[in-house]
Amino acid sequence: MSQQGYVTAPPYSQSQPRMGGFSAGFGPPNSSLHYGHYGDPNSSHAAPQPGPSAIQSSHTSSGHPASFQGPQPLPLTQHQMALPPGPQIPPPANNFSGLCAQSSLPNMARQDGIPGSGLPNPNLQQLPGQTPGPGYHPQQGNYGPQMAGSQLSYPGAFPGGPAQLSGPPQKRLDPDSIPSPIQVIENDKSSRGGQIYATNTRGQVPPLVTTDCLIQDQGHASPRYIRCTTYCFPSTSDMAKQARIPLAAVIQPFATVPQNETPLYVVNHGEAGPIRCNRCKAYMCPFMQFIEGGRRYQCGFCNCINDVPPFFFQHLDHIGRRVDHYERPELSLGSYEYVATLDYCRNNKPPNPPAYIFMIDVSYRNINSGLVKLICDELKTLLDKLPREEQEESSAIRVGFVTYNKVLHFFNVKSNLAQPQMMVVSDVGEVFVPLLDGFLVNFQESRSVVNNLLDQIPEMFADTNESETIFAPVIQAGMEALKAAECAGKLFIFHSSLPTAEAPGKLRNRDDKKLLNTDKEKTLFQPQVNSYESLARDCVANGCCVNLFLFPNQYVDIASLGLVTMHTGGTLYKYNNFQLNSDSPQFLTDLRRDIEKKTGFDAIMRVRTSTGFRATDFFGAIYMNNTTDVEMAAVDCDKAVTVEFKHDDKLNEDSGALIQCAVLYTSISGQRRLRIHNIGLNCSTQLADVYKTCETDALINFFAKSAFKAILSQPLKAVREILVSQTAHMLACYRKNCASPSAVSQLILPDAMKVLPVYVNCLLKSSVLTGRPEIPTDERAYHRQLVMSMGVADTQLFFYPQLLPIHNLDLKSDAVPAAVRCSEERLSEGGAFILANGLSMFLWLGVSTPPELIQGLFNVPSFAHISTEATLLPDLANTYSKKIKSIVEHIQNQKPYTMKLMIVKQREQPEMLFRQFLVEDKSIHGGASYVDFLCCVHKEICQLLN
Amino acid sequence: MATYLEFIQQNEERDGVRFSWNVWPSSRLEATRMVVPLACLLTPLRERPDLPPVQYEPVLCSRPTCKAVLNPLCQVDYRAKLWACNFCFQRNQFPPAYAGISEVNQPAELMPQFSTIEYIVQRGPQTPLIFLYVVDTCLEEEDLQALKESLQMSLSLLPADALVGLITFGRMIQVHELSCEGISKSYVFRGTKDLTAKQIQDMLGLSRPAVPIQQGRPLQAPEQPVISSRFLQPVHKIDMNLTDLLGELQRDPWPVTQGKRPLRSTGVALSIAVGLLEGTFPNTGARIMLFTGGPPTQGPGMVVGDELKTPIRSWHDIEKDNARFMKKATKHYETLANRTATNGHCIDIYACALDQTGLLEMKCCANLTGGHMVMGDSFNTSLFKQTFQRVFNKGLNGEFRMAFGANLEVKTSRELKIAGAIGPCVSLNVKGPCVSENELGIGGTSQWKICGLDPCTTLAIYFEVVNQHNAPIPQGGRGAVQFVTQYQHSSTQKRIRVTTIARNWADAQSQLQHIEAAFDQEAAAVLMARLGVYRAESEEGPDVLRWLDRQLIRLCQKFGQYNKDDPNSFRLSESFSLYPQFMFHLRRSPFLQVFNNSPDESSYYRHHFTIAQWQKAGYQDMPEYENFKHLLQAPLDDAQEILQTRFPMPRYVHTEHGGSQARFLLSKVNPSQTHNNLYAWGQESGAPILTDDVSLQVFMDHLKKLAVSSAA
Repeated sequence: MSQQGYVTAPPYSQSQPRMGGFSAGFGPPNSSLHYGHYGDPNSSHAAPQPGPSAIQSSHTSSGHPASFQGPQPLPLTQHQMALPPGPQIPPPANNFSGLCAQSSLPNMARQDGIPGSGLPNPNLQQLPGQTPGPGYHPQQGNYGPQMAGSQLSYPGAFPGGPAQLSGPPQKRLDPDSIPSPIQVIENDKSSRGGQIYATNTRGQVPPLVTTDCLIQDQGHASPRYIRCTTYCFPSTSDMAKQARIPLAAVIQPFATVPQNETPLYVVNHGEAGPIRCNRCKAYMCPFMQFIEGGRRYQCGFCNCINDVPPFFFQHLDHIGRRVDHYERPELSLGSYEYVATLDYCRNNKPPNPPAYIFMIDVSYRNINSGLVKLICDELKTLLDKLPREEQEESSAIRVGFVTYNKVLHFFNVKSNLAQPQMMVVSDVGEVFVPLLDGFLVNFQESRSVVNNLLDQIPEMFADTNESETIFAPVIQAGMEALKAAECAGKLFIFHSSLPTAEAPGKLRNRDDKKLLNTDKEKTLFQPQVNSYESLARDCVANGCCVNLFLFPNQYVDIASLGLVTMHTGGTLYKYNNFQLNSDSPQFLTDLRRDIEKKTGFDAIMRVRTSTGFRATDFFGAIYMNNTTDVEMAAVDCDKAVTVEFKHDDKLNEDSGALIQCAVLYTSISGQRRLRIHNIGLNCSTQLADVYKTCETDALINFFAKSAFKAILSQPLKAVREILVSQTAHMLACYRKNCASPSAVSQLILPDAMKVLPVYVNCLLKSSVLTGRPEIPTDERAYHRQLVMSMGVADTQLFFYPQLLPIHNLDLKSDAVPAAVRCSEERLSEGGAFILANGLSMFLWLGVSTPPELIQGLFNVPSFAHISTEATLLPDLANTYSKKIKSIVEHIQNQKPYTMKLMIVKQREQPEMLFRQFLVEDKSIHGGASYVDFLCCVHKEICQLLN
Repeated sequence: MATYLEFIQQNEERDGVRFSWNVWPSSRLEATRMVVPLACLLTPLRERPDLPPVQYEPVLCSRPTCKAVLNPLCQVDYRAKLWACNFCFQRNQFPPAYAGISEVNQPAELMPQFSTIEYIVQRGPQTPLIFLYVVDTCLEEEDLQALKESLQMSLSLLPADALVGLITFGRMIQVHELSCEGISKSYVFRGTKDLTAKQIQDMLGLSRPAVPIQQGRPLQAPEQPVISSRFLQPVHKIDMNLTDLLGELQRDPWPVTQGKRPLRSTGVALSIAVGLLEGTFPNTGARIMLFTGGPPTQGPGMVVGDELKTPIRSWHDIEKDNARFMKKATKHYETLANRTATNGHCIDIYACALDQTGLLEMKCCANLTGGHMVMGDSFNTSLFKQTFQRVFNKGLNGEFRMAFGANLEVKTSRELKIAGAIGPCVSLNVKGPCVSENELGIGGTSQWKICGLDPCTTLAIYFEVVNQHNAPIPQGGRGAVQFVTQYQHSSTQKRIRVTTIARNWADAQSQLQHIEAAFDQEAAAVLMARLGVYRAESEEGPDVLRWLDRQLIRLCQKFGQYNKDDPNSFRLSESFSLYPQFMFHLRRSPFLQVFNNSPDESSYYRHHFTIAQWQKAGYQDMPEYENFKHLLQAPLDDAQEILQTRFPMPRYVHTEHGGSQARFLLSKVNPSQTHNNLYAWGQESGAPILTDDVSLQVFMDHLKKLAVSSAA
C-alpha cells in the first residue's frame, strides 16, 4: 500500500545552502528570504559551497523557493512513479502512519529502494525475533568504505547525487544526498561560531545550540535562557492552525553562562520592590514605553498606562528614551534580577537559607556493595563545597542526615555534642521528624560530629540483614524536616530497591511486558499508587526538592519512584548494577556536580505575554496547581521548562509577540529574588516568515516533551502517529503555501526545518516511544523523565548523538574534531570513534584501529589486548592520550549527567548496545532508518497535498 | 487472751489480718443486722522477721475445687498419714515426703504458730526485676536537673542484676537503647498516635518476623534469646552509660510559644512502656516508674489542651460535665492499667507540679497495679527526693520492700462466701463455690492480682455469711478463711504465703455482747471508709455521705444504749466509742470531700487511702494536729518520726497563724469554731475556721438525736 512513498521518494541532496545564491532570481518577493540560511539574508551567503549543478539550477529556477528542494531530477521520480502505478492509491491513514516505512512497506518498494543486497527482510520486518546481525554486516560491507570519503569531503558526495538518481532504479538512495544534521551544525558553526551575538533585535534567530559564540544581552534574553520554536509567530490563529508549527519557548531560567559573559545584574529598589504594571503585573522591562515626559509608561504586555513611581522618575531624551536607559538593567537588558520584598516571601517572613538533607538507604545491598561507605567518605569532603554566594565566605546551606531501611534513622549532629545521636522512627505509616534542634546544622560548625557520624554509619549497619526498604516515608520525612525548619531545600536520596516494606507508597513489581503496544502501556509510565502524587504536591508546597540517586539491579518502578523528583525540579540519576570499581567515578562526579550546582529554591515561575496570545501548556520538572503558576521546589541550571503558546486573538505585526518569564525564588543564601527574562518575537501574516525563523532543535525539544507527556494518557501508537502526521503537516503546509509549485512527487523542505525529519525519526526511535520487550520499562521511564526537564542543547544531543572520529586527529590543534553522521556507514575498520548522547559515552574501536593509537590510548600493544572493562581512559603521558582525554572532557563539559565511558570493540557483543545510538540507521528495535523515514514523511506529504 | 485489743493486735502481728468482727454472727440475717459487714483487712506481705520461709512446696487438698493448703487447723491422722481439709472435709493422703511425720515430728505448716507460713518454690526461670523509667522532659531546668540527679542516684539503689530501661517523653517519646557505643540511639514515637502493643513491638524491632533467607546472604546466627536487651539492660552493665545518658538529658527541645503549655505525651509514653514490657517480659516483676511534671496535653490520654487560657478541669467542670478530655483520657489509662495488670507489671506515678497533672485520669494506673502514687510541688523538694529514695528502702532482713505479680486466693469454710475486695488489685475472675453473688468492691471472684505490693499493702476483703438462720452452727463451731498469696519476691524467688485463720461463730440473739465486744472499731472504720471511697469513685459525693450517715445511725441504733427519743441517754460501749468520730473525720476528709481539693488531689488521697493502713497512716498529716493523732491512738511521735515512717512522705507544711498555708491545717482540724458559731463556743481561740461543716460536737449531738429517734 505505502510503496508510493518509497517509489516516489526523490533523492535528496545537501545542496540547499547554495540556494542563497539564487535567491535574487526567484519569483515571489517574500520568498527571497527563504534562501537565507537563518532567515537572515545577511548571514546566509557566507557558506562557501560548490556550485550548483545544472539540474539543480534548472529546478530552482523553475520556481521552487524551498531551500531544500534542489537537485532532484524530475525524470527519476517520474520514472519511479511509473514503475508501480498500481499501488499509488492513497493508503488509509492509520496504516500509513503506524510509523513509518517498515511496517507498511511492501516488498516492492524495497526492491526499488535497495536493490539486491539481500536486505529486504531486515528492512521490512520489525518482528522482535529478527536477528539484527544480517542487517548490519552487509550494510557495513557495502558502505563502510565510502565513509571516509564522504566524511572528509562532504559536499563532494553531491555530484554523485544526480548520477545516482538518474541511474537505474536499482540504485540505492545515497545517504549523503539527504539533509545532514552534521552539515547543518557545521555550517552554522562556521558562519556564526566564535562571534558576538547581540540580542538587540526583536525576532532574530540565534545561532544553533551547537555553535559556540559570545552572547551579549542588548534587550532580549540570551538564547541560553530562552529559545523558541519560531521567532516569528503567525499573526492569526488560522495561520497557526494551518501551519501546525508549535509555538513554544524553551526556558532555562538558571542556565549557566560562560565566564566571559556578564552574569545577571541585580536590581534593588529597596522596600518599594520591583516596579510592575498595575494591570497585568508584568515587571519593568525594556518593553515598557515611557510617555508624557517620563511620568508614565505604557505596558508592552497589556498596554495599560501606569504612573512612574516618583523614586523611579527620569526624563526622556530626544528619541523618547529615558536618560538613564543604559544605567538600569531593567530598562536595557533582556535578563536581570530583582531583590524581592517581604510581600514575595512565604508568610511575609524572610526565608531561611535552604538545607540539604542526605538520606541514605542502608539496607543490605547498599552496605554490601560498599555504596554506603563510598557516600559517607565522599560527603566528608563534599560538604566543604556547598554552593555559596560569590561574596560570602562559607555556604549558608545547612545539612542534615538520615539513613533508612524499613525504618528511618535521624541524626542529631549538633555541634556541642560529644557524639552524634541517632533517633529511630519506625512509625513509617505516619512519619514525623523526631528532632528539630541539631538535625540541620552548619557543616563548618558541626564538622567533628558530622565526620564522626559519617565514619560510624557504614559500621553501624555493617551487620545488617535488612533487605526491605521504604521510600515514600523517606521523602515525607525529609519534607517534614524542611517544613519544621521553615526552609526550602533539597533531599539527596540514595536508594537501591523496590520499596516493598509495609509503608505508604509500598510498591510491587508490576512490570508487565504484555502491556506493551496495548492501550494499557501508558499505565507503566504512571505511578503505581496515588500517594506519590500527593507527596509531590506537599513537597512542592514546602519547597522540598528531591534528588534521587538510584542504584537498581532490577525493576524498581521508576515511574513511581521518580514522580516526586520530577515534580519538585529534582534530578534523577540511575546507575544500573552499581559496581564500586567501575561506577564510582560516574556517581561521585554526578553527586559532586549536583551538590555544587547553583540552584534557585522554592521557585514559582510565571510567563506573561503581550496581548493576542498566551501560554497554555507547560512541560518540565514542574508542578502546576493552576493553569498559570509554574511551581518548582527547586530549579537548577540544567532544568528547562517548555512553554506552549496559543493565540487568543490576532497579533499585531508592529508590536510583535512579547514574552516575559519571571521566576520568584530563594537564593542559596536565603535571599528572595526575582529573575526576569524578556524576549520579543516578530509576528507576520506571511507563513513564509514563520517557516524561515523556525528552530528545529527547539521544535524537537517541544515534540519530545509533548509526546512524552502524551504517553501518560494516550496509546503509544497514537502518539507516534501524531508526531509523524504533524511533521508531515508542517512540511506540507510549507510546500503548499511557501514553496513555488512543483511536482507533487518532489520533497521540498524549508531551510530551517530540513533536518526535522531525521530528528523526528530519532525521537520516534527513542526507547520511550519504542514499545519493545527488550527495553526495560525502567529505562524508558527514566529517559522519559530526563527528557521532560531537558533544555534544547540536551535534547539535541540526546536524540542525535555526537559521533567523533578520533583516529585522524590533528594533534597540534585544540579543536574538537568535526562530528560525523550517526550511521554505521561512517564507521570504518581502521577508525576509532567517540559517541556521546549526554547519558552514555562509547569509545568504538574498529578491528584495524592503528596500533599507535591503541598504544597511545591504552598502553597496550594491540587491539586484542584492550580491556573493555575500564570506564576511564588511563592517564598516559602522550599526545594521543592527552588529546583524546581533553576531547572526552570537552564533551562532558556542562552536561547535566556524567557519562560513563564504555569501550566497545568492533564485532564484539557489546557493539549491539552501541549500534542503537547510530540513529540514522535502522535500529535493532525496529526503528526506521533516516532514508526510510524520509520517504515515509514524503509520502504523507504527498497525500496531504493531494 | 486478756482483752480483744490484745487479741486483735496479736493476730495482726502474726497474720496481718484484722476483722471488723472477731466473733461472727452465725446467720445471714444476723450478719446483715450488724450494719458493719463481716470483713477483714489483709496485709498479705506483712513483715515477719521471725518467720523463716520453708523451702518446699505446700501440700494441697486433692479436691480439684478446693485445693486448700494444709494448715494447723486441719485434722491429721498421723498413723494413716491422712489429713482432712478443714474447708471441704476431703481426706487427703500425705505426699511420700511426709512419711516420717508424727505428733512430735510435725512439719511447720501444722504447728499452730505457723498459721501464717511462707514457702519458697522453684517454678519457671527466675527473671531479674525490671525498672523502666518513664521521664517527662517538659520540666523547668531546675526540676529536670533535680530529677536527673535522683534518677542517677537511684541506679545505685537498684539490685545489681535488675534490668533497667529509659523512656523519655515530651512532644515525642524516645525509647533509649542502652548498649550503644559511639552513638546514642533511641527509637522515637510521635505523641499523638496510640499504638497497639504489636505495633510498638514491631516498631522497636522486638517481634521476630520470619525473615526470608535472602540470596547470597550469609546465614545469620540464631537470634539471641533475650531480644529486648537493647532497651532493658542489667544495671551493673550499663550504669555508667545510663548515668551519662541521664546527665545529657535535655529539656524537650520543641519550642513552646507564649500562652501555651508544652506538648506532653504522657498517654503514649505510658502506652509504649506498657507495650515494651508486655512483649518482652510478661508475667515478671516489673515497675514502670512515671515521672511527670505536668498534665498530658496531647494525644490519647490528654487531660487538657495546650492553650494556657483553658485551665485544667476542676470538680466544678466535672460536675457540669465540662471536662471534655476526662472520659476519653480515663478510658485510655484504664485500658493501659488493665493491660499492665494482666502482665503482672505495676505503674508508679511521681507527679510533681504546682498545678494538677492529671492524676484523676491516671489514678487507675497505680490503683489497679499496686503502684505508688506520689504528688509533690517539684522534683526539687525533699518530699519527692526522700520519697523516691524510700521506694528502694530495704526491710529488716535486708531485702527490698517490694514484691511483684502477686496472686491472692481466698478460701472460706462453707458458712462464708467472698463478696469482694477493695485494694490495689484486679479481679482474676475465678468463680468458685465460695464466691458470693452479692458483690462488695471487686467481687465475683476468689482470686485477685496485685501487681506491686510491699509489706504495708493492705486489702479489704468482704465476706458474706450464708448460713441460714434455721440451720444453727453447733456450739464451738469456727469459721475459717485461708489466704494464699503467690508472688515474686524482690530476690526474684517465687514464694507462696499462706495464712489460715478461724473465728468463733456466735448467735447474735443470745450472744450479742460477745459479738459486740469483739468489734474492731478501727478496722471497721477503715473497712467502711474503703467502701465509702469505692462508692465515691463511682457515685456522687452527697449520696456516699448519706449512705455513710445512715450506716452510722443504724449502727448506733443497733449497739447504742438509750431511751427512745432521749438523746441524752445515749451511750455506746467502749468498743464502739470512737467509731462515730472516725466517721465524722472521714466525712470531712479529702477522701470524700472534694471541696478545697483539685480532682488530682482527691485521686491522690483516695489512692493512699486504699493502700495504706488507715489506722496507722490516718490523715493526721499535720504534726501540729496532735489532738486528732491522739484520738486515733496514733503513736505520739514527733513530726519528724512520722515523716520518716510514712510513705509517701507527707507534705510537711510549716505555717503560722494567718499564713497562706494555714488553710491546710485549718481544713483538717475540728471546726469547733466557725463563722456560724463563733460566739457559741467561747473565745478561747482566735480565728474562726471558715467552713460550712459542723463541728464534731454538733455532729455527735445530731447523731444521738437521730439514733434515738423512734421515727428513724
